[in-house]
Amino acid sequence: MSTYLGMPAFPEAAAVSTRDTRLRGNLRHATHTIRAKRAAAVAEMADWQQLRAAGAAAKDDTLRHLDTYLEQLETAVTTAGGTVHWAADAEEANRIVAGLVRATGETEVVKVKSMATQEIGLNEALEAEGIRAYETDLAELIVQLGDDLPSHILVPAIHRNRGEIRDIFTGEMAAWGRPAPEGLSDRPAELAEAARLHLREKFLRAKVGISGANFMVAETGTLVVLESEGNGRMCLTLPETLISVVGIEKVVPTWRDLEVFMQLLPRSSTAERMNPYTTMWTGTTDGDGPRDFHLVLLDNGRTDTLADQVGRQALRCIRCSACLNVCPVYERAGGHAYGSPYPGPIGAILTPQLRGTASALDASLPYASSLCGACYEVCPVAIDIPEVLVHLRQRVVEGGTYTVRGTRTVIRPAKGHAAERAAMRAARWTFQRPRALGAVQRLATRTRRIQPRRLPVGPGKAWGLTRDLPAVPEKSFREWWQERGKGAGE
Amino acid sequence: MSRELILGRIRAANAGARAAGPVRRDYLRAHADRTPDESVGLLAENLADYRALVHRTDAAGVAGVVARLLAERGSRTVLVPDGLPAEWLAATGVQQLEDRAESTARELDAVGSVVTGCALAIAETGTIVLDGGTAQGRRRITLIPDHHICVIRVPEQVVSSVPEALERLDAARPLTWISGPSATSDIELDRVEGVHGPRTLDVVLVGE
Repeated sequence: MSTYLGMPAFPEAAAVSTRDTRLRGNLRHATHTIRAKRAAAVAEMADWQQLRAAGAAAKDDTLRHLDTYLEQLETAVTTAGGTVHWAADAEEANRIVAGLVRATGETEVVKVKSMATQEIGLNEALEAEGIRAYETDLAELIVQLGDDLPSHILVPAIHRNRGEIRDIFTGEMAAWGRPAPEGLSDRPAELAEAARLHLREKFLRAKVGISGANFMVAETGTLVVLESEGNGRMCLTLPETLISVVGIEKVVPTWRDLEVFMQLLPRSSTAERMNPYTTMWTGTTDGDGPRDFHLVLLDNGRTDTLADQVGRQALRCIRCSACLNVCPVYERAGGHAYGSPYPGPIGAILTPQLRGTASALDASLPYASSLCGACYEVCPVAIDIPEVLVHLRQRVVEGGTYTVRGTRTVIRPAKGHAAERAAMRAARWTFQRPRALGAVQRLATRTRRIQPRRLPVGPGKAWGLTRDLPAVPEKSFREWWQERGKGAGE
Repeated sequence: MSRELILGRIRAANAGARAAGPVRRDYLRAHADRTPDESVGLLAENLADYRALVHRTDAAGVAGVVARLLAERGSRTVLVPDGLPAEWLAATGVQQLEDRAESTARELDAVGSVVTGCALAIAETGTIVLDGGTAQGRRRITLIPDHHICVIRVPEQVVSSVPEALERLDAARPLTWISGPSATSDIELDRVEGVHGPRTLDVVLVGE
């Protein structure tokens, strides 16, 4: 199975992926298709900005009182017949789920696409326990059959085009169950039909389903899953046991809050007025659906993120993926370069907060952006992604005290940035001394003809690889101002 | 215990955090003032836009429409949830199967069609909501068969908007929101109809 372990830092990964012309073609086609459709779906709503503000405010309220809402949720779910478990990290969540599956005596489970279970590596953990997890979302199936990694939040196989999908189905389906039909073409409808046939036998015999959730309503204990294909409904209603692994930030305070999110999410993600299927369930229902329902509430770095007063807004995210679809960096680098199930702009701020910035990859993610701000514009819960990116760059460069796995921890400045820090210190010293600044500026303007466009040597060379030095004008503003003053009255 | 650990971490993270502002609900309750007839028209339009097949009739015509749809489909069996008005199936000779707790998923997979009512429908989004109540049955009966005929009484079961729908729905019931037949956007981010749920969704709007 493929994992994200040991992946290179973003610049190295992107240096490879940006040269993959097929990948770039696939991504360009898909992201441009959805961009225009999303804009049209949002334009139908005269009150989009009000909904967006309400969505952001509801999530901020959730985060500010998260302890209260989680306890309320726990009570409501338990009253409705469910069982609530709490997992501080990935390892604990995996252990809980594996234990619940073993208790049923089953050795296979069907899964609805879930970011949380990707994040914790649940499939690999179950495999180690002798339990096989079948992904049932079409794109997840493509990823699983291709022994690949997801590269998009909504469409994990966005990096594959129809021809590649046909080849994966033809080559791999037989090893996992029902083979692909003879003579399968690359028509999307035929590919969808092949997935339907392949997965149906698994749905019909499944005894255990595993899901995430888009929302959990604290006041009612209701969980909500939005989907398109019906694989979600299959996993949520046919098995006898349902286990949902959900990040603690997915709670919303009230039933009424769904009126905001059920309008924001479909238009932002698939650019539809409404996605084909949504399932809302509260505990268990006699005679309809699973008899046992387990909710595993997952922390795994979320409380660390909550402790950062700037970075916590990343926890508003409802995983729509609109920010990926408009991002010029994502479009060119692809999702794998981000080394996490959360790619694109939201991944660049979420991953380094959930995992910390200790690894070269995680420390590089806040730089995987041109700060153009398109992500913020489309974000349905108004996460100021550029603000958090800059904040995280500061964390990487300057270090400081941050919460890591629940403990206040001093983070040392990243080594590679020593020269930049020294330059900034020198600049600060100069800017605070007007006479010194004047001298430096005069020197700079007098020597402008012999200055290079790039820094030639040393740490400055690496820094300058992606930056042109600004052209120095003939005279500084201060000189111009003084000369202008001499001719006063003109 | 991780419960206390996580709650403790949350409290520590929120100690000294800024108070959250109020949630201003100044968004629209509905996106236009519509007469009931206009809402029904919009519902029909949006359902059709997402490839549901929409049929309009009156109380006297339901049985005929349902019988024709089952015949055109060629179904030999039809699932019938508790409380489905018998007159809706009065004109068809197709074998009727009850929605029973004991039925297995495999048995349901052999059924041709299912006929249900609904809890309500949302005009602005082209959405039908089922809540397991009268004439709707268990969730799986509208999932496993490949053909779903849903009968909506208009205009009384139609609301304009998502906020109006949530107001009328009961969170304690298992809810299924359906907007068109099963579809996917997973191949090149373009919508294709027909994956695991019913690939044909016939919606019968029954007026007074």
